[in-house]
Amino acid sequence: MAEATTLERTDRTRETDNPSSLVAHFGADKPLRLDAGVALAPFQIAYQTYGTLNADRSNAVLVLHALTGDQHVANVHPVTGKPGWWSETMIGPGLPIDTNRYFVICPNVIGGCMGSSGPASTNPATDRPWGLEFPVITIRDMVRSQAMLLDHLGIETLFSVAGGSMGGMQVLEWLASYPKRVFSALPIAAATRHSAQNIAFHEVGRQAVMADPEWRGGRYFAEGTDPRRGLAVARMGAHITYLSDAALHRKFGRRFQDRANPTFSFDADFQVESYLRYQGSSFVERFDANSYLYLTRAMDYFDIAADHNGVLGNAFKGIETRICVISFTSDWLFPTVESREIVHALNAAGARVSFAEIVTDKGHDAFLLDEPEFIAIVRGFLEGASRARGLTPATR
Amino acid sequence: MLSPNHHNDPHAQARPSGSVRVDLLVVAGMVEPGAKLLDVGCGDGELLRLLETRGVDGRGIELSREGVNECVAKGLAVIQGDADTDLVDYPDDAFDYVILSQTLQATRHPRVVLEHMLRIGRHAIVSFPNFGYWKVRLKLLFQGQMPRTKILPVSWYDTQNIHFCTIKDFQELCDVTGARMQKAVALDEWGRPLRLNAPWWFWNLFGEQAVFLLSRDERPRRE
Repeated sequence: MAEATTLERTDRTRETDNPSSLVAHFGADKPLRLDAGVALAPFQIAYQTYGTLNADRSNAVLVLHALTGDQHVANVHPVTGKPGWWSETMIGPGLPIDTNRYFVICPNVIGGCMGSSGPASTNPATDRPWGLEFPVITIRDMVRSQAMLLDHLGIETLFSVAGGSMGGMQVLEWLASYPKRVFSALPIAAATRHSAQNIAFHEVGRQAVMADPEWRGGRYFAEGTDPRRGLAVARMGAHITYLSDAALHRKFGRRFQDRANPTFSFDADFQVESYLRYQGSSFVERFDANSYLYLTRAMDYFDIAADHNGVLGNAFKGIETRICVISFTSDWLFPTVESREIVHALNAAGARVSFAEIVTDKGHDAFLLDEPEFIAIVRGFLEGASRARGLTPATR
Repeated sequence: MLSPNHHNDPHAQARPSGSVRVDLLVVAGMVEPGAKLLDVGCGDGELLRLLETRGVDGRGIELSREGVNECVAKGLAVIQGDADTDLVDYPDDAFDYVILSQTLQATRHPRVVLEHMLRIGRHAIVSFPNFGYWKVRLKLLFQGQMPRTKILPVSWYDTQNIHFCTIKDFQELCDVTGARMQKAVALDEWGRPLRLNAPWWFWNLFGEQAVFLLSRDERPRRE
């Protein structure tokens, strides 16, 4: 067991500098100018692509991952061996983001730990892992780096940009920063700013990581330690917020785990405890603790209105992108009311916006799951957009 | 899951399957090609689809989630919202036309809704069932009960229609709100337009439903 764990960790840490993905390298001549006021150079972005770019380069779809997701959206994950996070419902031949028609690009975010430059990457200046020396990044920095990736790939405009949760935040930032480069957009289970409650949850997670004695001020690589317990606790707490009371009750209720009676101990008597422990321990096999700090921070700082003199509508003025905002009824992390604020601002800006709320008890995570109505709406929206873009002949 | 719940649909109407509702064709006929339009209470998006084929840039608001999701899945730009509360959020002159088809009688504040329509759009198009229609009058007179007709099939206790009016009543609302009538059509029970030169009392008696094209202006007058 211990051996297997060590092996998997080696897999994960190997992915940070030399990922089993495509990698775009940006040298000293192409620095990433960060909101924190510093320039990151050199840096790299790891990304996956699916499908084929058409001759006039008009069929590219940028898919953006959530906090703990990565670029392996539609292939078997190189570390976990599990299917990609949107591979079974959303991306593939004949699926709504149809790889027979679209060229799908999914990058790992800056600050991540699956091959794009982040705190686990090697700092070229010191030849050691960055750790907390890595500059603090924002959602806007992620999007800025993605625009550089598109330039690198020679793609001027995206047919669509789609993502849920932190991915949805990046979609919204694309609309605010590069509206002319986006023909259609799907911000899913997202918000234009991180709420106080969500910042609070993130702070608990970060404190759990930093309270682990093995974290060592972020220098655990150098010191040969591993703050896996702290990161696992952070994940357990966060995972609860991705579900809902109803979903937890339906899945686990008060059932005991492999026993008929309580043990009168602090063992994982309940199925829900066992499930959370498993979520925590499997997460640390594929995720870097410092990355978790950086990415949660990036989400906390996200506030599009604040970037536009406090008026959200200003961020989207004159936008011509076709937008479909989607929320889920039981999502208490990014509740429908926050999606409505997006819609309100887009409407005030005269944008061509659709908004659908999906009824589900699966909570925030519903955007990753097989929710037929959700999938039908994404399909319908993209088909409409693709007719308008001339990617598919009009049906009438 | 995606089928609209006609029991709660304020514009539930009996009609042959596959055909477009007659009042929608009349409404569509009043819209200039290429216009920018907002359909308030767009239901399953039938009118928006019809107008899309004519190059109209259409948006919709719909109260029922089923209706919204069905529209979005068809690729239409529709958001979930309420005519009574959400029109206030739209800027002035955002659209060429704002349409309210068979929905006016289901709003809580028809006057406020109409005023917003005329503020948001250069034109407003309103279609509604005429409660002055002779069959409606006869049912109330002889049966002594709230009428149920082909286009108003739901019992009073189940219907979402809370503000019925007659054609004459609607003209009064236009007066009050300062809406200028540019065009008006009354349809008989087979969906045929009544004679244009017929007097208003004739329309009010024989029109089962009516469609008005309005614009914001000084004093209302009949063309």
